[in-house]
Amino acid sequence: MKHLLSIADLSRDEVDSLLATAEEMHDVQSRPIKKLPALRGRTVVNLFFEDSTRTRSSFELAAKWLSADAINVSAKGSSVSKGESMRDTLLTLDAMGVDAIIMRHAGSGSVAQAAGWVKASMINAGDGMHEHPTQALLDAHAISRHLRALGRGSLEGKRVAITGDLLHSRVVRSNVLLLDKLGAYVVLVAPPTLLPPGVETWGVEVSQDFDAVLPDVDVAMMLRVQRERMSGGFFPSEREYIDGYGLTPRRLALLPDHACIAHPGPMNRGLEISSAAADAARSIILDQVSAGVAVRMSVLYHLLAGEES
Amino acid sequence: MTATVLRAVTLPDGSRTDLKLSDGLIVDDVPAGAEVIDCDGLIALPGLVDVHVHLREPGREDTETVATGVQAAARGGFTAVCAMANTQPVTDTAEKAEHIHDLGLDARDADVAVIGAISKGLRGEELAELGLMHRSRAGVTMFSDDGHCLMNAQLMRRALEWVKPFGGVVAQHSQDSNLAGPGACCHEGELSGRLGLGGWPPVAEAAIIARDAMLAEATGSRLHVCHISTAEGVDVVRWAKARGIQITAEATPHHLLLGTEELVGYDTVYKVNPPLRTSEHIEAVRAALADGTIDVVATDHAPHATQDKDHAFVDARPGMLGLEQALSVVIETMVKTGRLDWSGVADRMSHAPARIARLSGHGQPLAVGSPGNVTLVDPERTAVVDREASRSLSRNNPYHGRDLPDPVEATFLRGRQTFRR
Repeated sequence: MKHLLSIADLSRDEVDSLLATAEEMHDVQSRPIKKLPALRGRTVVNLFFEDSTRTRSSFELAAKWLSADAINVSAKGSSVSKGESMRDTLLTLDAMGVDAIIMRHAGSGSVAQAAGWVKASMINAGDGMHEHPTQALLDAHAISRHLRALGRGSLEGKRVAITGDLLHSRVVRSNVLLLDKLGAYVVLVAPPTLLPPGVETWGVEVSQDFDAVLPDVDVAMMLRVQRERMSGGFFPSEREYIDGYGLTPRRLALLPDHACIAHPGPMNRGLEISSAAADAARSIILDQVSAGVAVRMSVLYHLLAGEES
Repeated sequence: MTATVLRAVTLPDGSRTDLKLSDGLIVDDVPAGAEVIDCDGLIALPGLVDVHVHLREPGREDTETVATGVQAAARGGFTAVCAMANTQPVTDTAEKAEHIHDLGLDARDADVAVIGAISKGLRGEELAELGLMHRSRAGVTMFSDDGHCLMNAQLMRRALEWVKPFGGVVAQHSQDSNLAGPGACCHEGELSGRLGLGGWPPVAEAAIIARDAMLAEATGSRLHVCHISTAEGVDVVRWAKARGIQITAEATPHHLLLGTEELVGYDTVYKVNPPLRTSEHIEAVRAALADGTIDVVATDHAPHATQDKDHAFVDARPGMLGLEQALSVVIETMVKTGRLDWSGVADRMSHAPARIARLSGHGQPLAVGSPGNVTLVDPERTAVVDREASRSLSRNNPYHGRDLPDPVEATFLRGRQTFRR
């Protein structure tokens, strides 16, 4: 693997290998001294054209725990804000000899474009409404750990409902691809105004009846309502959205006992997810955050140390 | 004055003749010493006319000037082009129109007709000085806010009313900005959903065309639909024409050849507004151009500097070059497929556009007494397009690397050679 741009580029073997390494990294994460020498002498850049807290810190920790040198570049206050083209920004960092560039950008496809310009490995940390592959990998990792803890096996054959603002979500696009590779059954739940065009070709079930879906799922994955991407008119009111698609305390009771609740964060508590659901014992939301570091360690390891190992 | 004989050239109707050019006209006889070009196997078209180009001067002379734009035009077989108003500053007064008109006179490789803005600053709020631009030295007859849709229906009505007495035409960029809002850069459908690009739905085009057609009917004025790209838009134009509304429409070469699948790699050279469409829409546009529902081919030649394309897809400037390969694409998509014969090409790329833009001296049949505006074509020649060979200052050529017809042998403007292979 040279880059991680899209889940679509990964074979099932590569996914299994990434997740297996993440499991090993998870163990490192729980040690008192969280440091492996694997990427000593390697340099990675977090290039974030969009604000981020969890993804950027997660990648930074992952790099540091593997002994890589990591620097952060944000668009604000950088040459980007002075009008530099995206290509020139990438070429500048690449010319410094960095090994990997972890990039987030509001433009779909931007990381794939960048991969065509630079020598460094590119890692997609979220490109517009397109993909967020490490989020999907960490979701699969966290869900798998939950299933194993309950003695319910792997994701194969499990039913995952993904509910919320699917139109603007890069998480859903990566998750649909990955969950399919892992043999899970996906149900997408969203109002018609927040469904991506062509979703009927994605090979998944689509529903507007959240109540009917919930009793038969193993995972209820909630997605954030992305107010910042909306110009208005996607739903009549927050009250009406919650009524149809919020994981309210009433709906929480519809879930099977074994089912878990996931959310990529940040959450709009009280909108797509109630606090009762977010903080429930069956919630794996913080486990997803932990899994994020392990998965990103795995990704960095595979991209930057894979050949040497 | 040079004189030229195009010996044994084939005219669009299939007949063969010696076409003699002298004193700016097609004549019966030329003076001794005229250059004689053996035109066996070559076709003479009336000089091509493009009602939709962006020449970028004034304001972005790094991407195109009037002079380089008309050189590209001559290379593509055009003898006249209409320069869109979205320059910097916007062409919205008589003085600005005259400035571009004068640049066109200096450039000489093709005639430049000035398109004036409909609204001041293209802001869609107040009418620009339409009448003054018409009565200026530039003689503007075509008005457009291209790049922006004139969303205000009342202002559109007023524009149509205002230009009617002098036979002007209002050319609309049909894009309902509520339906295809900010960030809409990909045909709305399966691909936009998969790639995560903002969707530009066909109804955003058809709805505006329908609205404007009704306004054109109500005012009895002339409406021209820029770069039509959808089957639904074509249906509305067909309906409006059947109703007797004075409506004309143009199709771009890229909407005839290139499909939305070009966007899979997020290559910003393929970002254009309206976006590339799916095969069903391409087919509808080709069919409409063949049956005359779409009157003309217009390039929407839109030069951009590399740095304006080197951004994420959603952030890159929309637009692609078109002048030099327009006829190539028409041959590839319309002539080779049997949809248009050479008379049809002459109509869609010369007669009809000259008629719409009211360009006297252009778009006339190749007959004695007509201006010597001729595009000499080798229908068999092909070549791999090389963007570096372009006469344009910009390099955003979507056909780079494609093996296409390369037909233009020579272009004559009033008998003077402006391009020769």
